[in-house]
Amino acid sequence: MEIPYTVETRADTGLNNVKLGIWLFLASEVMLFGGLFSSYILLRVGAVEWPFGSDILSVPLATFNTIVLIGSSVTMVMAWASLKLKDLPKYKLYMGLTVALALVFLVVKMYEYADKFSHHLYPSESTFLGIYFLITGLHGLHIVGGVIVNSFLLLPGAKMWETAPERFTNRVEAAGLYWHFVDLVWIFLFPVLYLL
Amino acid sequence: MSADSPEEITAHVKVYINVFIALMVLTVVTVAISYVDFAVPLAITVALIIATLKGSLVASYFMHLVSEKSPIYWTLVLTAVFFVFLMFVPLLTMLDHIGN
Repeated sequence: MEIPYTVETRADTGLNNVKLGIWLFLASEVMLFGGLFSSYILLRVGAVEWPFGSDILSVPLATFNTIVLIGSSVTMVMAWASLKLKDLPKYKLYMGLTVALALVFLVVKMYEYADKFSHHLYPSESTFLGIYFLITGLHGLHIVGGVIVNSFLLLPGAKMWETAPERFTNRVEAAGLYWHFVDLVWIFLFPVLYLL
Repeated sequence: MSADSPEEITAHVKVYINVFIALMVLTVVTVAISYVDFAVPLAITVALIIATLKGSLVASYFMHLVSEKSPIYWTLVLTAVFFVFLMFVPLLTMLDHIGN
């Protein structure tokens, strides 16, 4: 028996399963990162002293990473638009760029972490470092997950374009929504941890 | 969503480019304004307003929320209500101790 509304939309809500599913998932992710942001607020407000992020962390590197990640969001939405315009080569170009930019972000992040560790600035050193590594680490893991999904959609998964193009386009849209959310989290993380 | 014509998609692409430019400008503003010597509560407010502006652009245009169906929108409103709770209710328990 075929599952209904995998591609076609329900008459009453105007949604298909993909749309509803990914947005419900993103709602739960809001609560996940929200919980951590709330912890950050509580820790900072209750602390006797709190360092300026810019004294410990590298603002230029994080600014570069912010630009890289926002760029990857643009290439991601362009990848989806290319599929809507039925241009598979363009789609592969933009999706490839998205994955590449995500990897650049991760490399910079790893350099940041390595630089901290080499100065013995571990999560155990202070509450600030503890929450910094936890939030950016979890965010980094989300980027890794996105890279895996996007790489799948770029390479083996793209075969679905030949058999079920609309379903494949919906998959890319869902992956795009996840990716924009990851970008959104970083847009808040950057000023909160690095600039305030 | 599947009813988008090629002309509509091309028009959307123009929007995406403009939103990207706006996000780049706002990123520069974010960093530049951090060098201004505000009092801490004001600095936090300004930073969060700019971040919310950037986030709204990503959500509205890249995530297509401006043209999304109402069940999605209302799910997010519900999430936002709980998010506000999550941020502020624990903080209320510590109101006596803020600053010391």
